[in-house]
Amino acid sequence: MARKKHVVYKYLRTTKRFPSIWCPGCGVGIFVGALLRAIDKSNYTKDQIVLVSGIGCAGRITTYVDFNTLHTTHGRALTFATGIKLAKPELKVIVIMGDGDAVAIGGNHFIHAARRNIEITSIVINNGIYGMTGGQLSPTTPLDMETISSPYGNLEPPFDICRLAEAAGSSFVARSTVYHVGHMERLIGKALQKRGFTMVEIISQCPVHYGRRAGLNSAVEMMEWQRDNTVTDEKAKGLSEEELQGKIRIGVLVDREAPTYQERLESLKEKTGAV
Amino acid sequence: MKPELLQGNEACVKGALAAGCRFFAAYPITPSLEIAHGMAYELPRRGGIFIQTEDEIASLGAVIGASLAGAKSMTATSGPGFSLMQEHISFASIAEVPCVIVNIMRGGPSTGVPTHPSQGDVMQARWGAHGDHPIIVLAPSSVAECFSLTVEAFNLSEKYRTPVIVLTDEFLAHLREKVFLPSSDEIELVERPKPAEPPEVFVPYRDPGTGIPPMPSFGDGYRYHVTGLCHDERGYPTTRADEVEPFIRRLFHKISSDFDKLQWGETYYTEDSTLNIIAFGSVARAGLRAVKRARAKGMKVGLLKLLILFPFMRRKVTQLMENSTTILVPEMNMGQISREVKRVNQGRCRVETLNKVAHEPIAPQEILDKIEEIYG
Repeated sequence: MARKKHVVYKYLRTTKRFPSIWCPGCGVGIFVGALLRAIDKSNYTKDQIVLVSGIGCAGRITTYVDFNTLHTTHGRALTFATGIKLAKPELKVIVIMGDGDAVAIGGNHFIHAARRNIEITSIVINNGIYGMTGGQLSPTTPLDMETISSPYGNLEPPFDICRLAEAAGSSFVARSTVYHVGHMERLIGKALQKRGFTMVEIISQCPVHYGRRAGLNSAVEMMEWQRDNTVTDEKAKGLSEEELQGKIRIGVLVDREAPTYQERLESLKEKTGAV
Repeated sequence: MKPELLQGNEACVKGALAAGCRFFAAYPITPSLEIAHGMAYELPRRGGIFIQTEDEIASLGAVIGASLAGAKSMTATSGPGFSLMQEHISFASIAEVPCVIVNIMRGGPSTGVPTHPSQGDVMQARWGAHGDHPIIVLAPSSVAECFSLTVEAFNLSEKYRTPVIVLTDEFLAHLREKVFLPSSDEIELVERPKPAEPPEVFVPYRDPGTGIPPMPSFGDGYRYHVTGLCHDERGYPTTRADEVEPFIRRLFHKISSDFDKLQWGETYYTEDSTLNIIAFGSVARAGLRAVKRARAKGMKVGLLKLLILFPFMRRKVTQLMENSTTILVPEMNMGQISREVKRVNQGRCRVETLNKVAHEPIAPQEILDKIEEIYG
């Protein structure tokens, strides 16, 4: 029986040598599969899509996929994406960042892109650590966690990326994990269809630099942690307050209608009489 | 042509628009603001985009993004903002993205004297960005040149696929002069090279012989990869020495191979001069006045006004040195372009400097005093 060719092959570059740079057990590959399947189900063509990334493990995704791809500087992916979207609004601009990328060095750009409600689909792959540089604490590393740059425990409480995006003005905010692979794909699909600035946080695992230090000995254990410590809206309904304690909510957290930057630009054009 | 009364910053705006600039992003900073104000007013009326970003890092990021999408793009700033832009100047250089950065030099270091002129950013313009990279830096010295060199900055950035910096100072930015601007059919514009081959066989960073690969825009059907990592011909990251070395060398070579065409300087009274002044920006204006006064006193003094600072016009400068006993370099800094002059001098003549860091213009009399001191 002929094996059905997986849909992701349609979107992987044939000119780029594989394997990828990601470590065994990394969650990024699972995310890439979900992203490509979500894109395949959307109406966007490969030529229409611009995939922009920052620096870090997640930043390398753009190398392997067959779109207009831009691998930018650390934390600044959203600034480049803003220029692309404003100069050529017909393009579908998707930005992929890591947690350090998006909310440490890029925190300022992150909140202002959300505030402008510019038409960009942004995705933050949150593994709670700086993986590529060897396991330093990030703004989403849990309090007291020992990392290579917090050998006596992390002194800083973590950011909730979704609440940050919501407060800053994002039209759509959602969270999933790489364990919930179908759920993740559906949320990315929803974000791709939504007007305005959208932000999807994907909780992922870094077994090499996070799991090892957190006492989670494999990628499987880390994904089981994702399964056991998250809760969807539907599941939450059947649980008591006590059972919900400490659980991370996944699903669509914000979905609101607000004028986008592009819509305001259109009315500006009318005002100035520009063609 | 009808005369106009313009300040330097307004002429920059008119130059950018004449060059076809469609995208401008900036963060408010004195004394560059009239450029942002002009662009905020003009671009939306012409179907272009103006955006005030959250900082200067974002400004240049957006400018690079817009350029990758096919729009001629520019930003304008001053010293502290220029420092924030260095990260992306480096990116534009390695990713070969055309863009124009206007830096109005003000008194530094740090916040310094924000509303006074300086020439303290010469070396920042050349070497401020990390990594070994080529750069083009232009330096107007009149309002008319603020216009023409902004047009040329776009032309050079499109031609060589490289960031180009226009370096002026607060004095020139706010100086008002009568100018006669050329009409649009008198201005020659250069557009970035586009690929002739179809996407299937296109290799995005292959040297076509000129060192300048053709550049499709995002959305044109050429789905290629742009990165700040050293990359191979296809745009993919590489650490291989046999790919990295020729790549970095090509970045330099694409500009240095046109070195003869980039000797943009103007000479005044240099036919028989033995003491020559080398100056740029608003200081060149004082230099010319000083030369005229010295000539009236019978001294054989000339001037070379630099319109391009980098790549440094070694050829024109050394020609001048052949006939000079002394070169005088007046600058509103502690000696930056004079280091370049000394570097190419190699014992040909004496190099004297006149430095002023009070963050006020150098007066013609100050240069004349120095000339008379040298003449003894």
